[in-house]
Amino acid sequence: MLEIKNLCVSLEEEDKQILKGVNLTVEAGKVHAIMGPNGSGKSTLSYVLSGRDGYEVTDGSASLLGEDILDMEPEERAAAGLFLAFQYPVEIPGVGNMTFLRTAVNAQRKARGEEEMSATDFLKEVRSKAKDLKIDADMLKRPVNVGFSGGEKKRNEILQMAMLEPKMCILDETDSGLDVDAMKLVAEGVNALRSQNRGFLVITHYQRLLDHIKPDVVHIMADGRIVKTGGPELALEVENNGYADILAEVA
Amino acid sequence: MSLAQTKETDVSKRLAEMKVSQSGWSAPARKEAYDRLMKMGMPQRRDEYWKYTRPDTLTSGEAIPAAVQKDSEGPIFDELDSHKLVFVDGVYSETLSDGLSLTGAVLELLSTTEEVDIHWAKSLYGSLEKNGQTPVARPLAAFNSAFAEEGILLHVKETLSKPISLHYIHGSETSDVILHHVIKVDAGARATILESGAVAARCNTVIEAEIEQGGQLNHIRAQGRDHERRAVTHVFAQLEEHSQFKSFTLTMNGVLTRNETVIDMRGDDSIAHVAGASVGDGDFHHDDTVFITHDALRGESRQVFKKVLRNGATGVFQGKILVKPGAQKTDGYQISQSLLLDDDSQFLAKPELEIYADDVACSHGSTSGAIDEEALFYLRSRGVAADEATNLLTLAFLSEALSEVENEDIAELINARLEGWLKRRR
Repeated sequence: MLEIKNLCVSLEEEDKQILKGVNLTVEAGKVHAIMGPNGSGKSTLSYVLSGRDGYEVTDGSASLLGEDILDMEPEERAAAGLFLAFQYPVEIPGVGNMTFLRTAVNAQRKARGEEEMSATDFLKEVRSKAKDLKIDADMLKRPVNVGFSGGEKKRNEILQMAMLEPKMCILDETDSGLDVDAMKLVAEGVNALRSQNRGFLVITHYQRLLDHIKPDVVHIMADGRIVKTGGPELALEVENNGYADILAEVA
Repeated sequence: MSLAQTKETDVSKRLAEMKVSQSGWSAPARKEAYDRLMKMGMPQRRDEYWKYTRPDTLTSGEAIPAAVQKDSEGPIFDELDSHKLVFVDGVYSETLSDGLSLTGAVLELLSTTEEVDIHWAKSLYGSLEKNGQTPVARPLAAFNSAFAEEGILLHVKETLSKPISLHYIHGSETSDVILHHVIKVDAGARATILESGAVAARCNTVIEAEIEQGGQLNHIRAQGRDHERRAVTHVFAQLEEHSQFKSFTLTMNGVLTRNETVIDMRGDDSIAHVAGASVGDGDFHHDDTVFITHDALRGESRQVFKKVLRNGATGVFQGKILVKPGAQKTDGYQISQSLLLDDDSQFLAKPELEIYADDVACSHGSTSGAIDEEALFYLRSRGVAADEATNLLTLAFLSEALSEVENEDIAELINARLEGWLKRRR
């Protein structure tokens, strides 16, 4: 599904290398988790994959279903099936949440040469999916993320994911700023989307999200590299002993 | 002779050639306006009030010709159920209009009442304009009062069942038009006035509106899209107790537009909202000049102006809230913002507050900015192409001004025109 080979990335503004050769393959139907201390490059990886400005790829490659994505515009990557759930979802005053969702759904369909979704079908689908995530009609009407609580913003990200039905989902610290109940809701939303044809990359600082979204593979990232890969037990190890032991072990 | 002198002579020549009407009910007011104008002189580039907008092409002897643009979209308000009055190069067209008979109101034309000696509009014509000349002179409005050739005289006695739509067709490349409308809204009555169209190569329009106790007047204007047209407009509104005046202007294109709105809130508990959305690409200079005077208790005023500028377009905002002594509990709000879509465009803003009462709430703000890159990336990451995302964010930027339009059908028509304008520029 997602194949990252020796990905090296620097900041455009300053000559600072953030990713120093990341190798990672996420298979369809699998959930991979990336854990790591602050500043290890986890969020940078998600931004580079989704096409945010400000990063320079100096070496390596990243492909989605065999197609190189690093030369694509962000909207082309989205149409190809990539989705990033933002750590800090952006507020857009003046654009209604519903308008935003419909525009996005139809833009992707158009880019893929599919027919646009009719207004009634769209409404039906968005209402049912919003209900599962306990997103009320008012939240759908309001401007995108404006005045939303931390939990509401994250639920709104999952709603977008559910509507866009991407092939590869990257969740960037989706647990940050969530209380236990909100985390359960978000995790249920994600779990409902798990399928044989979809891959997940869950970036998190803590193990607790992984109690709810059970990963198949756990990677530890440090200083711009993946330093250790294992099963779910690796996340527990981090929970119990912190990163220090693992980092000392691989150093 | 210097260039400046040549222009001065040009203006004087124009004035000397124009005749102030000597007969009929409006003659004394016209004579007075002419005398006012002579005392003030035409606006000059050195005038503080014209610091950001050059008046010369508005005052010059002849109008600079302006091509008539084919309008594929048709008149914006035609879809609405309205009472339509059409003016072609400032001349009333009987065949294109719905006529002058209206339930709940007296509707006449300035030109056809000219010979009458006694008329209800006599006490109004030129008087609101005259009051609006202090503390800041507005010579082009006095010029209008002196020389106006046409306009409607509307006395609203009851709430009107549908809007009155004034549609202005720009017919000739050299047309130079002066229109002066007088509107009186009786106590408790309500009316909506729509204006649309490019008017002429050059136009000077004035609206004087007196709104009696509890009366309401909505004014919605869509200035025509002809690229080369020039316009100077003045709206003078006088608000009595519990009355309400709401005005919204959409401006797309036009090489030069100066819209002045002068509101005298003299009755307690009156409400005045003035808003504008303008979009300009290239040779576009758009000036909103607003002066709101609070001279009574508990007045509420809002000014909301948004401009989208690209390819060297210029936006100007001069907005003032004057709170007179004793105008306690005034609630004044003013915001002017520009969205600069490139580095060549500019926005010049002069927000002013002058307050002589101690128990008031007045806020104002003015900003210039580019498209929010974070929001743009967020939209693109969801699959929305860059240009479509930019348009979506541009409409979002304009939405605060557009939300001042209370009638949803009208707001939708305006939004659709803005969308069309943006799409044509992809």
